[in-house]
Amino acid sequence: MTDTLEPVGAAKDIDQVIVRFAGDSGDGMQLTGDRFTSASALFGNDLATLPDFPAEIRAPQGTLAGVSAFQVQISNHEITTPGDAPNVLVAMNPAALKSDVGRLEVGGTIIVNVDAFEERNLTKAGYIDNPLEDGSLAAFTVIEVQMTTLTKEVAKDLGVKPRDAERSKNFFALGLLSWMYSRPLDPTLEWIDAKFGGREAIVAANKAAFHAGHAYGETAELSEHHYQVRPATLEKGTYTSINGNTALSWGLVAAAHQASTPLFLGSYPITPASDILHELSKHKNFDVRTFQAEDEIAAVGAALGASYGGHIGITTTSGPGVALKGETIGLAISLELPLVVIDIQRGGPSTGLPTKTEASDLMMAMYGRHGEAPMPIVAAYNPSQCFFAAIEAVRIAVKYRTPVMLLSDGYLANGSAPWKIPDVSTLPEIPVHYATEPNQTNEDGEGVFWPYLRDENLVRPWAIPGTPDLMHRIGGLEKEDGTGNVSYSPENHELMTDIRQARIDKIADDIPLAELVGDADASICVLGWGSTWGAITGATRRLRSAGHKLAHIHLTHLNPFPPNLGELLGGFDTVICPELNLGQLSRLVRAEYLVDVKSITKMMGQPYTAGELESAFLDALNG
Amino acid sequence: MTDLSEITASDTTEVPLTTKADWSSDQAVRWCPGCGDYSILTAVQMMMPDLGVRRENTVFISGIGCAARFPYYMNTYGMHSIHGRSPAIASGLAIARPDLDVWVVGGDGDMLSIGGNHLIHALRRNVNIKILLFNNQIYGLTKGQYSPTSEPGKVTKSSPFGSLDQPFNPISVALGAEASFVARTHDMDRKHMQATFARAHAHDGAALVEVFQNCNVFNDGAFDAITKKANRDDMLIDLRHGEPIRFGAELERGVMLDDAGSAVLVDVADVGADKLLVHDEQQPDPSVAFALSRLASTPSEPTPLGVFRAVDRDEYTAASEAQVDAAKQQQGPGDLNALLHSLPTWEV
Repeated sequence: MTDTLEPVGAAKDIDQVIVRFAGDSGDGMQLTGDRFTSASALFGNDLATLPDFPAEIRAPQGTLAGVSAFQVQISNHEITTPGDAPNVLVAMNPAALKSDVGRLEVGGTIIVNVDAFEERNLTKAGYIDNPLEDGSLAAFTVIEVQMTTLTKEVAKDLGVKPRDAERSKNFFALGLLSWMYSRPLDPTLEWIDAKFGGREAIVAANKAAFHAGHAYGETAELSEHHYQVRPATLEKGTYTSINGNTALSWGLVAAAHQASTPLFLGSYPITPASDILHELSKHKNFDVRTFQAEDEIAAVGAALGASYGGHIGITTTSGPGVALKGETIGLAISLELPLVVIDIQRGGPSTGLPTKTEASDLMMAMYGRHGEAPMPIVAAYNPSQCFFAAIEAVRIAVKYRTPVMLLSDGYLANGSAPWKIPDVSTLPEIPVHYATEPNQTNEDGEGVFWPYLRDENLVRPWAIPGTPDLMHRIGGLEKEDGTGNVSYSPENHELMTDIRQARIDKIADDIPLAELVGDADASICVLGWGSTWGAITGATRRLRSAGHKLAHIHLTHLNPFPPNLGELLGGFDTVICPELNLGQLSRLVRAEYLVDVKSITKMMGQPYTAGELESAFLDALNG
Repeated sequence: MTDLSEITASDTTEVPLTTKADWSSDQAVRWCPGCGDYSILTAVQMMMPDLGVRRENTVFISGIGCAARFPYYMNTYGMHSIHGRSPAIASGLAIARPDLDVWVVGGDGDMLSIGGNHLIHALRRNVNIKILLFNNQIYGLTKGQYSPTSEPGKVTKSSPFGSLDQPFNPISVALGAEASFVARTHDMDRKHMQATFARAHAHDGAALVEVFQNCNVFNDGAFDAITKKANRDDMLIDLRHGEPIRFGAELERGVMLDDAGSAVLVDVADVGADKLLVHDEQQPDPSVAFALSRLASTPSEPTPLGVFRAVDRDEYTAASEAQVDAAKQQQGPGDLNALLHSLPTWEV
């Protein structure tokens, strides 16, 4: 901050702000947050988002169960999380205030739709006294705005029914926040045209509410709340704002493109994975086929059938869906065919927390099948990196003829961040080799085909139906090494079990080495995987800029581990592993390297904040 | 590197003439001696040369059970997959590769119990797969428990006091699942099997053929009352498209619809030949086919055999290809760079 006097009404420069929009499920808070994010992205800020919504489509109106929130941090410098405590809370009703006020920083600003603070809504939210009147919000700056009234007022002559007019009040809130943080208006106005085009009254009402909110900020003496967050200095390039599920879908399209092979998605709708099915079903011109199956089992079965036919078979799921796919993954391991199983992890067990994030399927990915059934695991760590994680999963599946588990989670799936669009010419080629010739000679000197004859990587040929002279039968029964004929021989089963393990272990030679970020001479190393990357990075940056020494290793490959991991971890006195589970990676690393990993866990359906990890790491630093 | 399109491109050379031996794999067949599966295998292997198709374009997919060993014995591509899931796996293969002939083989437990869900959905979607359901009314490979087609009260190892289950009628299930082709045959009549399987192959869409199959170890003689040579005339009702439905040594018996729409057995002499139901397998409404499927609830009553239903309906894999082709025509072939720039962008 400088002490230069600002002209009255000018926006004050701030480095970043964390805004949380909260309202009833029907109030359009996800949309409002999305538009605020989009305008900020186009403006050039760095940003990260955290949509936080209930599993019910419309929980009883006005109740705590129905609160839907969207948190976004925008900044003029690089950030990795949606922020710790919001600076501003927009509360569209008493339930939203009650549910989210505890997250707000002390001294933060609350903008309430005061029209919604009437007795019925207060009672539904469990308030006995009106919090706007009883002094309980004294620690905050409260700005009361009659959003419903003012929205209805500007919309009254625009030909919309009063009920529909009221529904535009989220645009009023967006307009007001757009003024407060000097967001450009055009992206939102253009979006309204595109989204509601053809329904002119709705377009007019939404635009009117948006302008009214903006004007309200300008005229209602809110000048002390007028800020600007200048664009971040990011690496030069063309950027887009992308969430994890979209990036992952595009990564799959890109992988198939790089493999010059059709993509087949077999999927059954499940939160939060369904958006990948939605996205891929739009891109059939890329030779993508999407199949909405009757259940999770059929979804993975169809994907495996397509892989058998030479396509890149993909299946997407979450939560209990992963359990249902286990049997078919086992078959894919036995058949040694490419398959990518994408798990957008959510809170469990059982139905658990469908819309909340968790990273508790690592052991499931690693061991969740009967028999000795190893499969590679790739994990995405931020929204845009989901693109590359998808390409990597396909690369491994195709090259090593194996199912691969790709782990993302609800936080990455729905969270957005700016992404520097890569030059497509830099993407890796994914060579696909189908067998076309017999690979063995029988006693009569004739060429024959052995489906389980392996190359130097222990990979068997991918001989697809339609190829003359290579007809063969495969199945889930144990196969004889080489010929692939059914075999119950004890020695052969042990050999095949060892080979199945060795061929996955060997992939370690073909994945990137683990990279150490931060201080190589630190005594403490933070080991992470998946979406904890943002919070770990934020926390370690803060502590290192405060003079502490800290190292960070983040794993993208969890089976096999990078070959240098054991050696790297052995160089530290203490290894700390924060996870959104009860210590699953910790246990794998302890078992593999006999390193006494210190596990930190969180099971609240919410990602870590950088602040939480900062204090946990500080405790460790202070011994 | 071989492109997928090189493999899927239709071979324009003449399909080579083959014999049964060309369609038989080198694997020793391991069903129990006397099992009905042998005659079904023979019927399929004998029929294949007549279909004018290539071995490399033919795939047999099975689940688990005695019947599911079938693919090992065919010199084609084949997959012995997991219990109940073969219609799902076959659907994925058929959608990815419409150039292939995809057959599915399974028993009554595989298809109607653990895999019932996949069966009905494959049928309603009308995916171009040919499903041979070997119905022996028993679990064979697990050594003799009652199946979803076992008769009520059946005493087995898992039902010493009699089964409490109401069985499925596979033909009724298929018709209820919107199947476009439904037929029945039996393992004692190779010619009838061959003709019926060939009809299924010729059908454009999902086809279900129920095959009465004798399990001589755990359920021997289950179909004797209708399929033994001496009983056939009186107990098997041959369905012929466009002809009145008659049976009996002298064709003295027949089927007509009563006032409630149920199919009933009649003596032709009593009702007159012109009252008999004329079989129409192409009737869009499946009600009459369903009524025919209800004539016999166990294989101890006169039982219809042949094609119950064969109607034209949009086939799934062709429709799926049409969507892909239309997308390529309308949007042009996929442009990855354009895709990555399809959301709002900004320059730094």
